[in-house]
Formats: sequence, structure tokens, C-alpha cells
Amino acid sequence: MRTTLRARTALGIATITGVALIASGCASGGDNTGDEGGEITLTIASFNDFGYTDELLAEYTAENPNVKIVHNRAATSNDARANFFQKLGAGSGLADVEAIEVDWLPEMMQYSNKLYDLSDPAVDGRWLDWKAAAATDADGRLVGYGTDIGPEAICYRSDLFAEAGLPTDRAEVAAYLEGDWDRYFEVGHEYVAKTGKAWYDSAGATYQGMSNQFSNFYEKNDGTIIATENADVEKTFRTVLEESADLSAKLGQWSDDWFGALSTGGYATMLCPGWMLGVISGNAADTTGWDIADVFPGGGGNWGGSYLTVPAQGKHTEEAKKFAAWLTAPEQQIKAFQNAGTFPSQVAAYDDSALTGAVNEYFNNAPVGEILINRANAVDPTPPFKGPNYFKINDAAQQALTRVEEGQQSIDESWAQFVSEVEALG
Amino acid sequence: MTTTSAAPSRRPRSRAPLTGRQRFANFSYRATPYVYISPFFILFAVVGLFPLVYTAYVSLHEWSLVGGDAGWNGLDNYASVLGDRKFWIALRNSVSIFLLSSVPQIIFALLIASALDTNLRAKTFWRMGVLLPYVVAPVAVALIFGQLFADQFGAINNLLGTFGIPPVRWHVDPLSSHVAIATMVNFRWTGYNSLVLLAAMQAIPRDYYEAAVIDGAGRIRQFLSVTIPGIRPTLIFVIITSTIGGLQIFDEPRLYDQFGQGGSDSQWLTLTLYLYNLGWDRFDFGKASAVAWLLFLVIAIFGLINLLLSRRISTEGTR
Repeated sequence: MRTTLRARTALGIATITGVALIASGCASGGDNTGDEGGEITLTIASFNDFGYTDELLAEYTAENPNVKIVHNRAATSNDARANFFQKLGAGSGLADVEAIEVDWLPEMMQYSNKLYDLSDPAVDGRWLDWKAAAATDADGRLVGYGTDIGPEAICYRSDLFAEAGLPTDRAEVAAYLEGDWDRYFEVGHEYVAKTGKAWYDSAGATYQGMSNQFSNFYEKNDGTIIATENADVEKTFRTVLEESADLSAKLGQWSDDWFGALSTGGYATMLCPGWMLGVISGNAADTTGWDIADVFPGGGGNWGGSYLTVPAQGKHTEEAKKFAAWLTAPEQQIKAFQNAGTFPSQVAAYDDSALTGAVNEYFNNAPVGEILINRANAVDPTPPFKGPNYFKINDAAQQALTRVEEGQQSIDESWAQFVSEVEALG
Repeated sequence: MTTTSAAPSRRPRSRAPLTGRQRFANFSYRATPYVYISPFFILFAVVGLFPLVYTAYVSLHEWSLVGGDAGWNGLDNYASVLGDRKFWIALRNSVSIFLLSSVPQIIFALLIASALDTNLRAKTFWRMGVLLPYVVAPVAVALIFGQLFADQFGAINNLLGTFGIPPVRWHVDPLSSHVAIATMVNFRWTGYNSLVLLAAMQAIPRDYYEAAVIDGAGRIRQFLSVTIPGIRPTLIFVIITSTIGGLQIFDEPRLYDQFGQGGSDSQWLTLTLYLYNLGWDRFDFGKASAVAWLLFLVIAIFGLINLLLSRRISTEGTR
């Protein structure tokens, strides 16, 4: 019976192959965060560069010998965002400590109940008020510990300013620009009249700076969309576009042309959060003349920054909270700043000489630490409300601004299309 | 085949009931072939059929990335997608980019393949050279072409400027942006398609060409009457795959500008990009799944049209 034997073996092998195929499809993602002997593994997921080097993390494990830390870094915040929300919904798979960016904070706050409550008297008053307020939900639960912020100043080209007969010294520039947005535009017209070149990079970036100074721009605190009725929105939209006719270089941020113009002098000023300094010096390394003035139209402004959160789905939420609190303590954030230039959101860090004494050679040896501390303190303590629809509306607004800058539509046409797009969201 | 000879083919009914062992042998004989081919079907069910059916299921529900299923809503997703102006613009863009990429791509691939099919020196070198662009990652291609097609400081506009031609607004006019994106696609896929076609051309018996030469056929005549009919099945395959690929273009438009939203007025928003933005920016999986199914229908329709057209063209050659 040689045949049957062979057939039987074959059946067996084929079955095993088939079953193994199914099994291999399901056998993914068993994480081994065992607690043998009181030892635990904490995972932390971040993106880009938070300045959390292995040495910094090793300091924590040295103090807490029962803890092992695994650090996963995503390349971009977009990757991190998709991963975060997918697994937050699925209820498993997130790291014990997840870094999130302020850009997707409004979306995350809708699901604040899926995050561990990090409120603790020990960390009260650690951050700038507005930084902590943005991560506190309606029930008063603090769900994110602030890491860095992006206080905005004005970056300018002193060589181009000199050409136009404007002041070039950064203190004089600050004094000259001091005031509201109208003053900024007025100086811009002065510059354009003298040189015929553009004053700022794009209507979009300027609009962003202006819109962030309103507490309820697109939405009311209950999430009702008011973008089309709110007179401030239309006024800001029209003002920026009317001024941009001659002031704007019409270069969308992060476009190839925008990067090119950093060195060719396509625009003389830019709204400049702390982290932008690295972008400028990195992409226009051979250009001399960029400087930074301790001033921002209409008060202060913040652009960007991040938080650490602890998803409630984790196994070691209490330990993760302790770890996140340690990482966001001023001492550690100063080290992160030294590692990666992430500007601290912690009030106590602003007295540290490592920060107050920070000087940027590229920006004509500007005392950037001191300037950014001033700019951080100038930010309005009530953060602008950004609800779940913020991004859809803001995207539509930015596209509307671009349409006019590209000359595809008039201001009226573009505004009308924006209104219809917002209404379609409802 | 020992297997067949020992097979209990037709047994007289009057025989005594089978023993357990015989019964198993019988069963195993019948079942084995199915189990042999089961890996493919299991794999297909897991990675092909299941996602397809599940997407259809999701498309009939209100479904968000984080919240998950929020209940049945019938054809609402389809209705709202079909009522969205952006969907129709995306459809227009997809078709336009597909035509601008697939048509020149296949013509050039045919020409390159027939050039490579001749007696060249250093054959392997040329063949590998043709495939090189395919090895470059799409993201790298997009970055390089981004520099070429930048509106103000781009290499192409600089070049045009030296001839006194006004700059092309690559990121503003729909058609210019489609040409730029189609160029990236063509850069990447033409060589690959040439190699596929070349392989088919090499399989054509050389006698045919000799006979054609004796009949007095020139180069072009040979190409039209011998080469094209000879590679007909492969040509159809290439046309169908490039149709599918062309309508699913994603990487290039996504990386064409810094936002990946398809332009300020959706100038180069393709269907896949629209789908991605619905799913991963707006977290609306219900609508994204509806778009996926609509895209499937669109591709099926174009695939059929192409199949009919390409059949006719190449059969005309033989007759």
C-alpha cells in the first residue's frame, strides 16, 4: 500500500502548510512585557527628535533599576498620528508612553477618556498655564505632560533691511515693529516700496499667525462651527489677502520654492517659532544676514510643540505616569533642549542658565534663549479653542488662501468656495 | 503514475463494506488535490477576498478610525461621496493622469523593446539600464522631480526661461500638474514595461522575420505585422496592468507638493489620494471604503474597455 501511505503523508503535509499559513497570519503582535520579579518594561513612542537620547533614558533606569525602557521612534509625526489613533481605537498596541503633537491634540481630546489621568499635585504649575490648559479636558483631567513649545518671534534678513533703509539691529527692529498686525503690514509696505521685493513668505503662514490669536476662531467651545458667521474669520481672510497682493512672496511653506527663497532673499521676514531656527540655518547654511527680533505682531503666538500621554489601555499606567513626569521635568527638558533644540514648556527651565545663556551663532549670535523665553511669556494664557473640526476647516481656509495667491480665483470667489466647503462639513 | 493505477475507481456495489483504512485511503485520494492547491485559496481568502468583502461591509456603515462601527447607514456614504464635488474632480484627474501616463508609456515601451530586440552590443548593459529607473524608490523620484518642476526655482522653468518661454505653473494649472505627475510615472514604469514586452518579442520565432524579409517587408512592416501580433497576449497584459496602476496612482501626487492634499483647488487630487485623505486625515472609514468600491468599479470599466480595444487593434494586425 505504498500509494495510500504517500497520499496520506501528502495530505498531512498540505494540511500543515495550509494551517501554518493561517496561523502565521494571526501570530503577530504578542508583546512580552512580563513582570517577573517586579521587573517591568516601559515602552515610549516618539517621532522626529525629542532629544531623548539613550543616555538620558539610562539616567532613569539607573534610578529605577526595576524598569527597562524601550524607545520606538517614528520618522514623522504623520506616521505617529495614524498609528496612535488606529491603536487607540483598537484598544491595544500602543506604547506605555505616547508622544503626541499639538497639531493633533484637538482630535485626541475627543477621546480623552481613553487616556490615563495624569493630574497630580506634584506637577501643578510645572508648565506655562496655556500649555497645560490645552491638554486638560472638560472634566479637569490632565491627559498630557507638556514637553516643548514653539513661541514665535520674527526672523528677518538684516542685509535686506539695510538695503531698504530699515533698522538692522535686532533691538531696534523689535522696537520698530512693535505693535499690531497693521504695524507689521505698514513696515512691509515701506520695505516693498523701497526694494520691490516681498515682505513675507505667504498669505497662509501670516493668516495662521493671526488666526491663532483668537480664542474662538472657527468653533465655539461646544464644537459648533462658526467659521462662516464669525466676522473675525472673514476679516482676517480678506485683510491678509489684500495685504498679500504686494507683501507676499506667494511661496507656500515647505514648498521647494519656499526653501529656495530662504537663501535667495525671496522674502525679508518670517513668523518664526523656536524650532524654525534650525530649519532656516539648515536650509540656507551659506546665507548670512538672518537674524531674529524679540517681537511678534499683536502680542504672542505659539506654533507647534508636543506632549507625552499615557494611554489607559497600557499595563503599567502608574509607572508610565511616573516616567513621563520625570521626562518632562525641567531638568530633563533642558537636556532634551541641548540635545535637539526643543524649547521647554516648563516655567522653571526659564531660570536655567543653559537656556537663558543660549546663543545662536548663525543668527548673528542672537541670544535666542532669552528672546524665546520672552516670546513664550507673551503668549495669551487662554489657548485658542480648536475642536474636532479645526483641521478640516483650516485646511479649507489655507487652500482658499492659496487659490487667491496663485491667481486662480478672486478673493470673493475663493471665500464663497470656502464657505460652501465648510457648510458641506456640517 | 502509481497513484492512478492503485485508485479504487469503480467498485461493484455488491462488495463488502470498506474497512476504515480503505475508507481513509479513499477520502485522502479525493481530498489531496484540494489540499494541495489550498495555500493559494487560503492566502487569497485572507488577503484578497476578505478585505474586499469587509470593505463593502464597512462602506455601508458609519465608521470612524477611532470609534469604529457606529451603525448601519445604508448607501449614505455612497450618496455623500457621489455628491462631493471633489470626487468628480478626482475622477477627472485620475483619468487624465492615467491617459497621460499609460498611452505614451506603452508606445515608448514598445519602441524601446523593439530597439533592444535587435542585435545590440552589450545587450545586458542596455537592458539593465532600461530597468534602472524602476529600482529608484517612488519617494526619491518624487523628490527629484519636485526640484525639476518647482514653479519658481525649478530646473525646467529655468531652462524654458533661457529660451524666453514664460514659466509653466506646474502646481497651479490642472493639465500642467498632470503632465508633471505623468512624467514621474512614465520615468518609473516605461523601462519595466519594455522588459516585459522584450521578453515576449524574444519568444517570436526568428523564421517569421526571415520569411517577412523574403516577402520584401521593411522594418516598419515587420514590426506591425510580425512583432505586434506576436506579442499580443503580453501587450494586453501590459495594457491592463498599466490601466490598473494608472488609475491607482498615489505616491506621485501625494508627494507632488508639501501638503499631499492634491493642490489648492484639487488640481491633482486622484481617487486614491482622495480615498487616503478621507480615511487617514478625516478618519472616516465608511466614506473611504465607499470610494474604494467606486474606484474598483471605475477600474473594472476601464479594464473592460481596454481589453476590447486592444483585442481589436492587435487582431487587425494579423488579418
